[in-house]
Amino acid sequence: MMRFKLVTVALAGLLSQAVIASEVNVYSARQESLIKPLLDQFTSETGVVVNLIAGNGNELLKRMQTEGIASPADVFITVDAGNLHAAKEAGVYQPIQSALLEQRIPTKLRDLDGAWVGLTQRARPIFYAKDRVDPATLSTYEALADEAWKGRVCIRSSGNIYNQSLVASMIEHTGAEATRQWATAFVKNFARKPAGGDTDQLRAVAAGQCDVAISNTYYYGRLADSAKPEDRKVYDALGVFWPNQADRGVHINVSGAVLAKHAKNIAEALQLMEFMASDQAQAHYARINHEYPVVPGAPISDTIAAFGPFKADDLNLTALGVNNRRAVQLMDQAGWQ
Amino acid sequence: MITAIGAALCVALPVLVVLGFMLFSTSESWSHLVETVLWRYILHSVLLSVTVAIGVMMIGVPAAWLISFYAFPGRRLLSWLLLLPMAYPAYILAYTYTGLLDYSGPVLTWMRNIDAPTWVMWPLLEIRSIPGAAVMLSLVLYPYVYLLARAAFLEQAANVMEAGYSLGQTRSQVFLRVVIPMARPAIVAGTLLAVMETLADYGTVEFFGVQTFTTGIVRTFYGLRDTAGAAQLASILLGFVALLVILERLSRRKIQYYSDQNRRLSRLAVTLTGWRAIFAMVLCAAPMMLGFALPTAVLGYWTLFYAEGGALWSLTLNSFVLAGIASLVVVGVALVIAYANRLYPAPWLSNVTTVIGLGYALPGVVVAIGVLIPFGALDQWLSRGLMAFGVEPRLWISGSIGLLIFAYTVRFLAVANGNLVSGLSRIRPSLDHSGRLLGRTQSQVLRQIHVPLMRGSVLTAILICFVDVLKELPATLILRPFDFNTLAVRVYDLAGDERLIDAAPASLMIIAVGLLPVILLNRSVHAANHD
Repeated sequence: MMRFKLVTVALAGLLSQAVIASEVNVYSARQESLIKPLLDQFTSETGVVVNLIAGNGNELLKRMQTEGIASPADVFITVDAGNLHAAKEAGVYQPIQSALLEQRIPTKLRDLDGAWVGLTQRARPIFYAKDRVDPATLSTYEALADEAWKGRVCIRSSGNIYNQSLVASMIEHTGAEATRQWATAFVKNFARKPAGGDTDQLRAVAAGQCDVAISNTYYYGRLADSAKPEDRKVYDALGVFWPNQADRGVHINVSGAVLAKHAKNIAEALQLMEFMASDQAQAHYARINHEYPVVPGAPISDTIAAFGPFKADDLNLTALGVNNRRAVQLMDQAGWQ
Repeated sequence: MITAIGAALCVALPVLVVLGFMLFSTSESWSHLVETVLWRYILHSVLLSVTVAIGVMMIGVPAAWLISFYAFPGRRLLSWLLLLPMAYPAYILAYTYTGLLDYSGPVLTWMRNIDAPTWVMWPLLEIRSIPGAAVMLSLVLYPYVYLLARAAFLEQAANVMEAGYSLGQTRSQVFLRVVIPMARPAIVAGTLLAVMETLADYGTVEFFGVQTFTTGIVRTFYGLRDTAGAAQLASILLGFVALLVILERLSRRKIQYYSDQNRRLSRLAVTLTGWRAIFAMVLCAAPMMLGFALPTAVLGYWTLFYAEGGALWSLTLNSFVLAGIASLVVVGVALVIAYANRLYPAPWLSNVTTVIGLGYALPGVVVAIGVLIPFGALDQWLSRGLMAFGVEPRLWISGSIGLLIFAYTVRFLAVANGNLVSGLSRIRPSLDHSGRLLGRTQSQVLRQIHVPLMRGSVLTAILICFVDVLKELPATLILRPFDFNTLAVRVYDLAGDERLIDAAPASLMIIAVGLLPVILLNRSVHAANHD
């Protein structure tokens, strides 16, 4: 047994000497195709090698948990405050200490305890069929539960984190009981059983299966830039409506990053996060994926600029994670499939 | 013998982890699950399984029957074209048909433009539903039934059928009373595989918004963050599968199926002409058209005109090598277990074999979690121990290709095992006994009798595992090491981002790589049957 240990130790020594260049290990729930160009740019500017596993956020998080102290992950990147909060609850983080990030990124887009920082922003407004819906009849998310919208609403399933976070924000603003009543009425207005992603809901509105849909903004932006004429037709048939402008503002969310609890390359990890908050990286996201920057004043793409300005919900996104579990149960009770 | 037990226990590990969680921890949300969604999961999973079971038999058995016992134009070609849908992951078929048949897709848009009657459009519109999922799964899973039924038909003794004719039975009576009962183990085994694949399916049902056990487990585990609740759901799923396996065994009980292999059937083939030949051709061509040709054409069209893709070569190489190594390992382990069962037929050993077979019905996500939890703990333990010697904590076992292959072994051992056991069961024990009586040792019997007779079954097993690993998604996603991507991962990456069309090139590549072994297999099965 002793000999075995000695051999292993010797072997480990050899292995660790083989690593010369500084590096940072990233677990990313953001698609590789989206994030890789940015990481390559980081490497070419700093010389820090980035090792990447891109996959499903929940699964990567669970992987970090089970790997524990042995985990190679330094940075965990994921979408939605609900998922970021799950990382916090799972205890796989250490507080991010960077004056630069604190200065550049508004407080509401960061966790209150520094468990995560937002890196890109998206809104979840209402989209309507221009030829059938007068935008003056639209007002709030709450109003979509009215009788007038019976059989006219398309939205994806309650298994989706974007919807969970939307409902979590409503719980925070209007209370659990009011939200439960709203969800129960809202579900009765669905034009069809929830299926597919956000883009499918937009297509269904354009095709006439329903009159309004709720979707994240970048999906709509992608349709605008698509090479397919059918996608352009969908884009042209729809209008963006920013709900709740008279009260709390439209629901927004972020993609963001967590500094891993057992990170071995902390300096490089922070360097990477600060790079992603740079004007140049913020502009990349805006250009490639039509997301809004988290850094005030950073440039946005012409496509999303065309959606117009809006008032965003000022809620600190930490609340979305805190209310997630209640949101899921509430949607189950409302029969939201 | 010891090896077999060791292998069996290793493979049973994830199953034990799941059961352990169920027994030793309490679920916080179980009553919520029971009140709201549990019955829906049960109902949907059962409905889907039953529909797929009927679907694969309705497609697979008649096709195998026509190909085996009739001559008609295109028979030889169709005999292997029928295997092609095997190369399709159900989720890719689902993505493709959705793009084609969605309300806003080209087919329905065209139908609305020509004012097609609603009763034609309505069923197409409901593709994201239980029947829709059942059709998708049946189209890719029927080859299991077809393949096993055809092998059984080909190996049936002609003299048994001739006896039927000489007793005044008609062709269809012989089919129903002799051929089908004798091929029953193969047909049931194929259907069981299809049902287990169905229960383990995640990609298709998730995409279609059908709530089954698999989506329920994932939702409970990740959404409600309730490991015990998810384990409880997984255990109910396991219970279902165990019940199926036991029912299948009970239905066979002590009946043994052996046959003489010295007479070939080809002499009995009846030549079809006229409309009968056309009918046979259409019946055999339709599943291949729907499960392969049409979706491939759509994917090809998307690839050529719209998709923006990067280089796929390194992904293809990764997929191919990974599937190659994994399928050899899986079949190697399955061989050890299958022979241990034959040489030492203790009941407990066959029970252990049954337990590991359950791994096949465990969704890939659950297998991956069941693998990750114990090995992650082991890595942490090793890291803590070695920190005393100044070694920086790191992963020793998880995060490696080895663990990924281990997970594949758990997941697909039942596939390999099923093939090998049905192959072995057709080698009469009397052959072994004769060999031993003639002074051959056990290993000589293996080399001189079993190797030639088992070649077809082993090749089939390797092939099916190869294609399964190539298509496998959840476990690959969860367990793969840094900077290691496969074709399936790329497809998921893009499809998960609602870029179905950009996923088309990688999808096509999975299918192309999966086709090579399908063709090889068909050849080797033919060769084995004509030796």
